[in-house]
This record gives sequence, structure tokens and C-alpha cells, in this order.
Amino acid sequence: MILNYRRGGVLLGLVFFMAVFLMKPLGVSTQFVIFDGIVWDLVVPDTVVVSDTAAGGHASANAYLDKSGGKYASAVANPLSYGFVLVLAMMAGAFLSARLRGGVAAQERNMPAVWRANFGDSVPLRYAATFIAGFVVLFGARLAGGCTSGHMMSGMMQTALSGYIFAAGVFLAGIPVALLLFPKEA
Amino acid sequence: MTDLIFAIAIGGAFGFALDRVGATNPGYIIRMLNLSDLHLMRTILMGIGIASILLFTALLAGAIDPAHLSIKETHIGVLLGGVLLGAGFAIAGYCPGTGLSAAATGRWDAVVFVIGGLGGAWVYMLAYPLVAANGLADGMSGGKATLGTLDGTRYPAAFPWPPGEVLGLCIGITMVFVALALPPSIRFRKKRAVPIE
Repeated sequence: MILNYRRGGVLLGLVFFMAVFLMKPLGVSTQFVIFDGIVWDLVVPDTVVVSDTAAGGHASANAYLDKSGGKYASAVANPLSYGFVLVLAMMAGAFLSARLRGGVAAQERNMPAVWRANFGDSVPLRYAATFIAGFVVLFGARLAGGCTSGHMMSGMMQTALSGYIFAAGVFLAGIPVALLLFPKEA
Repeated sequence: MTDLIFAIAIGGAFGFALDRVGATNPGYIIRMLNLSDLHLMRTILMGIGIASILLFTALLAGAIDPAHLSIKETHIGVLLGGVLLGAGFAIAGYCPGTGLSAAATGRWDAVVFVIGGLGGAWVYMLAYPLVAANGLADGMSGGKATLGTLDGTRYPAAFPWPPGEVLGLCIGITMVFVALALPPSIRFRKKRAVPIE
């Protein structure tokens, strides 16, 4: 059983408000870059290096990690940062909630019912689709500078112009694609 | 250290809430976007509305430091990136936060989504010089703009009046009312109600 939209909305609203009240608006997608950077630095040593001139104390040959005074490079060098720990805790919170409600049903673990109703139960097809979708979603989130949490929720709650523009882009594309791909309800 | 305690508390509550509202279930996201179940749409509107009401009330009361606000830049990449994210969001039924959370609840298609996401983020890191050179990461519409002027910040405002805090409070209240006014479903429900003759 899930919370109805009134209770669920109040709960989500409290979380987003508390994030700003205590620290800053919360966001998730940057941490995909930080995780990539950590792996990259393990595979190719010196992807991130200590720098006296960088504002954050670290620099990188990769222009994206190096931007804004090596902000991301420093987060890669020190993964116990606020943003990274927040995302790990988010996963732990979701895990805990799912455990407490008895976990995800076996037939749901590879695909939701609405996918099965429209595309059948081929697991490779579903995985291929979510792999490509994940790629496009994170490329898009980085291009936009944030995702559903950082741009849409945190942005719109602060009346950021960028938040409304981002949300318009998401639904202008998301609704037609979903109508096209999922004509059957479930 | 306090930072990390806050990170664990806020992150943990966020993940718990995402799972409890059904956002870790891609079925709810897909059915929101194909307009057959507006549960999550109403939850999101309610959530943003409540968060705005609390935030702007606290700002007006001086109970929160305006320096805690953080406005992202407006540029053409925001719209293009939103379109890309929206398309993938509809195909998979996951966004970055709900994908990671769903993977943690034991959904394997979400694990695959996250692996694809790490690939997409990495390719963006490599492509960044090209993106920046084509002006897709540069400022537009006055940089880090908000709708109204917010006291104690230097963010440019899209509208000179009313004060940003009042405007934000009104928008928050409006969002709550829109969430209450939306129907549970736009498609399919009517079909069921009409008996087949």
C-alpha cells in the first residue's frame, strides 16, 4: 500500500523543505558524475590530482570534473561529501521502506505490469530499454544541470525559472512518448 | 561532521518517502505520463506546493537564511536536457533519484537503468568541452533567475513585482489546489464506466 497523494505530498514537501532549512536544496544526478569519477580515478590513476591553484584543492584533466574551481574533482577525491552521502542514505531509506512493507513482488522485479501489458514479458527487451533510457536520462540531466529532484522539485519550490523550463521539457517529451509506447493501461 | 549527519537524515527520509509514495515503482511513473493514473503527478504538485509554502513562510518570518537557497542557471541546455530526460523517464519509468532508490528496493531493471545512467553521465563528461563550445552550457534569460526578487539574495528576477516571497507563497498555494483539483485519471476510467451494449 502506498500513501495517498495528500499524505505522500506533505511528506515529500517536508523532506524538501528540511533539506533547504538545514543545508541546501537537494539533488541526485551530480553524484552519478562523482561515482564515475571515483571509478575513473581507480582505473586511470591521476584522473584527479591535488592542486594548489584549484579552489577546492583538486584538479582534473577532464574539463567537466575541473569546472568551477575543481568542485567535482574535489568531491571525487573526498567521497564522504554531503551530496554523495545523501544519495547513499537515500538508497538505504528506500531499501528500509521496501523491507518494512514486505519487499517488491517477484513478478515486478524485472518490469512493471504496464510494461508487460504493452511489450510482453521479455526480460532482455526490458533491460535493453532501461539501459538506453538510463543513458539518455543522465546525459540529459547533466546537460540540464540537474534532474527531477534538483531542477524540478528543488528548483520549482524556490521559484527558479530553470525549474519551470526543465519541467516543461520533461513533460512535453515524457507524455507523448508514454502515450505512444503505452497505449494499454496495465 | 554535522553535514554528514544531516546528509544521512535528509537522504534517508527522502528515499523512504520516495518508496512510500510509490515513486520507486516504474508503473506509477509510466501511468502518470500516459495519463492513466495521476497519483504521482498530484503527489509531486502537492510536495512542491507544501515545500514552497513552508520555505516562503520561513523566509518572510526570517526563520531561514536566504543563503541556503541555491538557484540553477537557465540556459538552452535546461530545456534540451529536460526533453531527453523526459523521453527516458517515459521509456523506463525511472529518473536518477527514483532509479537508484528502486534499485535499492530490489528491482533489477532499475539496476540496469543505473548502469546505463553511469554510462550517460560519463559520455557527458567526455563531451562537455564540445557542449560548452556550442553555447549549450552558457547563460540565457539572465542567468540564475527566480520569478520574483528574493530579499537577501542576488538572483535576478523575471518579474519586478510582487516580492518574490509573496509570489512564491501564492504559487505554492496554487499548486496544492491544482493537486486537489486534478482527477485521479484522465484516460481509461470513463471507458470502464460506460457499459458495453
